[in-house]
Amino acid sequence: MFTVNPTATLRLGLWVALSIVIMTMDHRYRYLDGARDVLATAIYPLQYLARLPGDAKTWLTENLIGRGVLLEENAQLREKQVFLNAQLQKLTTLEAENHRLRSLLESAVNTPERVLIAELLAVDFDPYRHHILLNRGRQHGIYVGEPVLDQHGIVGQIVRADPFTATAILITDPNHALPIQIDRTGVRTLALGTGNFQELELPHVPNNEDVKVGDLLVTSGLGGRFPRGYPVGKVVKVEFDPGSPFAHIVARPLAALDRIREVMLLENESGASEPPAPAMDGRSASPRPP
Amino acid sequence: MSAPRPTGGGIMALSLLLAFLLSTIPLPGGLDHFRPDWVAMVLIYWCMALPHRVGIGVGWLVGLLLDVARGALLGQYALALAVVAYLTLQTYRRVRVAPPWQQAFSILLFLLVEQLLVFWISGVIGYPPRDWWYLAPALGGMVMWPLLFVILRDVRRYFQVT
Repeated sequence: MFTVNPTATLRLGLWVALSIVIMTMDHRYRYLDGARDVLATAIYPLQYLARLPGDAKTWLTENLIGRGVLLEENAQLREKQVFLNAQLQKLTTLEAENHRLRSLLESAVNTPERVLIAELLAVDFDPYRHHILLNRGRQHGIYVGEPVLDQHGIVGQIVRADPFTATAILITDPNHALPIQIDRTGVRTLALGTGNFQELELPHVPNNEDVKVGDLLVTSGLGGRFPRGYPVGKVVKVEFDPGSPFAHIVARPLAALDRIREVMLLENESGASEPPAPAMDGRSASPRPP
Repeated sequence: MSAPRPTGGGIMALSLLLAFLLSTIPLPGGLDHFRPDWVAMVLIYWCMALPHRVGIGVGWLVGLLLDVARGALLGQYALALAVVAYLTLQTYRRVRVAPPWQQAFSILLFLLVEQLLVFWISGVIGYPPRDWWYLAPALGGMVMWPLLFVILRDVRRYFQVT
C-alpha cells in the first residue's frame, strides 16, 4: 500500500489527515457512534479497574466501622425515617388533591417517573468540560436526554448512551442551558453553565424583575427534557447594572456537582422519544454533541 | 523494519494500560490540575527506546483509545499523540543520550505541543480553555519524567524488550 519505507513525515501527514477526517465525521455527522460503542465496550474493564481502589476504600471504611457508630447512625436514620414519613403523608394527600384538581381542569397529569441509581465511573475527562461517566448504559434503559439528579437537585442530562456506560453533561458545563423558573415569582428564564461547579448564570432576566438573593430556582419543564418543579439552585448574587438591559444574576447549584458519587436517573413517561422542539429556549436542552 | 525477534509486546501494552489507569484514578485536591498525561509519557518512552517498533501508528491508535476513555472527540488525542510520536522519532537520537533530568525539558516541549493541539481542537469545536491551568499537566509530566524513565528503563532491561 505504502512505499517500502515511507518517511516519518509522510506517515504523520497520513495519520493527521485520517484524524481530521474522523474528527469531522464524529463532530458534524455522528457517523462513528457505532465505532465508539465498540471501543467504549472494549475499554470498560479498564475504567472498572481504575475505580477499584476507591471502591476498596469505601468497602473498608464501611466494614471496619465500630458497633457504637453503627447504632448511633441507626438511631439517627430511624428518627429521620419517622420525620420523613410524616412529611410523606402530607405529600400523599397533597398529591391526591393535585391530581383531582388537575383532572377537573382537564390538564396533563404529572406522571410518576421511574428512577434508576447509577454510580460515577469517572469525572475527569477534561477539566474544561463538565461531563461525567456513569456505570449504566443502554442495557439498563438509559437514553440520550435522560435527566440526572442527586438528592439535592438537578445534576445534568445524558448526552451519550453506550452499551454499558453513559456520559452525562452537568448543568455547569459552559455549553449547557437549563430552562428554569424562579420558585417565588414564577419568572421563567435559562440557567447557563459557566465552567465553574459552583456557579450558574441567569443572563436573560430584565433589570426590573423581582429577584432576590436566596431565591430558589426550579426546573420549568419547558424544552421537554427535565420534569417540572425539581430544585436546581439558589440565587447568590444579583447585580442591577443600569447600563445594560439585563440583570447580572449568579446562582449556586444545589446538587454537589463536584462531589457526587451516586446519581439518580429519571425516566420520563415519554421514554426515549425526542422532546418537542425547544425553539423558545434557544440552546436549552440541546447541548452540543461532544 | 522490525527486529529479528520482537519480544515484550505484552510488556509495552501492560505499561500503557497502567498509564491509562493512572490517568483515570481520582487524585486529591489541586493535584488534579498537575496530573501528567501518563499515556503520552509512556508512549514517548517506548518511541525513544524502540523507535523501530513503536511509532506514529501506535501513537495514533493509543490516542484513539484515549479519546474514547475521556469522551473526547474521536481523533483529538489520536492526532496529538501521533504528532508527539513523530516529534520523538525525529529527535530520539539527540534526546535519549542525555541524563533523565535533561530529557525532562524535551519532554516538557513534547507535552506542551500535545496539550496545545488538544486544546486547539477543543477550541475549534466550542470548548476554549478558560485559563492557563491547561498547561499545568505538562509541568507535572516534566517533573515525573526522570522517575518514569528510570522505572521503564529497568522494566525494559529486566524483560529484555527489544
